[in-house]
Amino acid sequence: MDKLIELRDIKKFYQVGSVEVKALRGVDLDIYKNEYISIMGPSGSGKSTLMNIIGCLDTPTFGTYRLENNNVHQMADDELAAIRNKLIGFVFQTFNLLPRANALHNVELPLIYSGMHVEQRRARAREALEKVGLADRMNHKPSEMSGGQRQRVAVARALVNNPSIILADEPTGNLDSKTGIEIMQLFDDLHQAGNTIILVTHEHDIAAHAHRIIHILDGEIAKDEKTGRA
Amino acid sequence: MKGFFVKITENFIIAFRALNENRMRSILTTGGIIIGVLTVVSVASIVAGLNEGFANQISDIGSSTLYIQKYPWMAHDDWFEYRNRPNIKMASVDFLKEHVQTPSYIMPSTGTGRNVKYKDNELEDIRVSSATEETPEVEALDIELGRFFTGNEISHRKNSVVIGWDLKEHLFPNEDPLGKKIRVGESHFNVIGVLKKRGKIFGQSQDNIVYIPIGALFKNFGYHRSLTIIIKVKDPMDLEKAKEEIGFLMRVSRGLRPIEKDDFSINQQSVIVDAYKKLTGGLYTAAIGIGALSLLVGGIGIMNIMLVSVTERRREIGIRKALGATRALISLQFIVESVVICSVGGIIAIGLSFLMAFAIDKATPFPATVPVWSIFMGLGFSSFVGLFFGIYPARQAAKLNPIDCLHYE
Repeated sequence: MDKLIELRDIKKFYQVGSVEVKALRGVDLDIYKNEYISIMGPSGSGKSTLMNIIGCLDTPTFGTYRLENNNVHQMADDELAAIRNKLIGFVFQTFNLLPRANALHNVELPLIYSGMHVEQRRARAREALEKVGLADRMNHKPSEMSGGQRQRVAVARALVNNPSIILADEPTGNLDSKTGIEIMQLFDDLHQAGNTIILVTHEHDIAAHAHRIIHILDGEIAKDEKTGRA
Repeated sequence: MKGFFVKITENFIIAFRALNENRMRSILTTGGIIIGVLTVVSVASIVAGLNEGFANQISDIGSSTLYIQKYPWMAHDDWFEYRNRPNIKMASVDFLKEHVQTPSYIMPSTGTGRNVKYKDNELEDIRVSSATEETPEVEALDIELGRFFTGNEISHRKNSVVIGWDLKEHLFPNEDPLGKKIRVGESHFNVIGVLKKRGKIFGQSQDNIVYIPIGALFKNFGYHRSLTIIIKVKDPMDLEKAKEEIGFLMRVSRGLRPIEKDDFSINQQSVIVDAYKKLTGGLYTAAIGIGALSLLVGGIGIMNIMLVSVTERRREIGIRKALGATRALISLQFIVESVVICSVGGIIAIGLSFLMAFAIDKATPFPATVPVWSIFMGLGFSSFVGLFFGIYPARQAAKLNPIDCLHYE
């Protein structure tokens, strides 16, 4: 299997006032293509910090991070932006759509930042919206859609650039349980279609959709287990 | 930068969307810029109008003309000294005509103001100007009806008169004026010609004037007056040379000894032109001062509103960064927005300037036209202010950390 992510001895320290907070104390992790992984842990465990580092939104204080043969831990701001644009698709708990733009424009954004021309990117964005079942909502603004529909737009945006990994941070946290199940079904389908998915959650039944669950506690990996679904 | 055009287009879309969202706030913000551009463009319009009127007048009289007079045109001190100068008399005119080498027309001129009457129609305080044979050439007069004076009429000091267009219109609305007798002051004059209409300069009619032979003017209205000797040099290149020569000849004709100062003044258009340039230069300086100050205030306003905008849109900045926008692109987004707001202000100001110029043109005697260069300058300055004062907020936006932004409520 192709190795996508290789984390070695990742440490992240923050300075909060005069106190040094050790958010990650040395994490080693390999993630392979088409894996379906959950990262679990209570708040303050360091799972958000780990997600930010995997998502290239943050860089580690120590350690090495290779993502598809890129030495991400050595990269500067703008290089990280390019990596995020090409290799990572984000889905956030609070959707994080642009409120003034319609669904189509929201999904187009990553393609705009990779410099794709208008006809090509419109077509790609439409295709992605059709994949998540929103063919008839393309010209609606986020305020004109339900929470489930908004999260579908966010999923379409995450996969439109064909990223190496889809990184979802509590994707059902702001949804009712029925809608949450629909969104999880969407992730299951994306995994079936060959995507690599990393879920960050504290809910067991959500984490149970994955094939591998990584438990974080006090900045370290406490347990790395396969679920029955694999 | 790959797909630069794609990215910059996105930035313009964002800018116009944000502008539309905060329409009132944006327009208020551009107030300083509107006032600044409006001031500069309006003053430029007025000066351009004045220049046009002024150029007409100058070219009518001609810039290759010298005026020998008792008083200088632009004097700063001591009118008393000039008052005691002896009058300029016909003897000097004859002396100059005899001795001047530089090819030129030499013509004495004087004038007075009198009421003019025909039957029951009367016009008050009409300028009565003296005429010699050279007058039509030197003062660029054109005859509409009848003729100008013959040499004979001038040398015999005949009571003949050539009237301006205003007198024809008001004294002879339905009559042929030629051959009629009009009263100028207490004397009667025979109308022999009518001048072509010359129109107005700065709201002043150039047509309420009559010409009578210079001798007739002395005979009817008094001999005790100082002349103006008008010297029109045939080749404008000779002006400076002529000035020197005439200064010398005037001293000889008035019997001045070498230690005595000139007791006459040689005036020329350039004195007026210089004074005019000083005046318009002052107007420009004041306008640029006020304009610059308003643009500075406007620029600070823009910077303030852009900083507010950056804070309000932290979440949006976070999203864009997470999706792959670079620092440069986020900077550019806010700079484009700032430039667009300021340019809209500049465009509004230029629209208002056209209204202002139109109003000035209609409501005052001053002509006013918006010069093309001032449009480009106004747009240029307003965009530059947007660019300059947009840089700091844009850098603040670019520096933001995407993680903090994404969690900003």
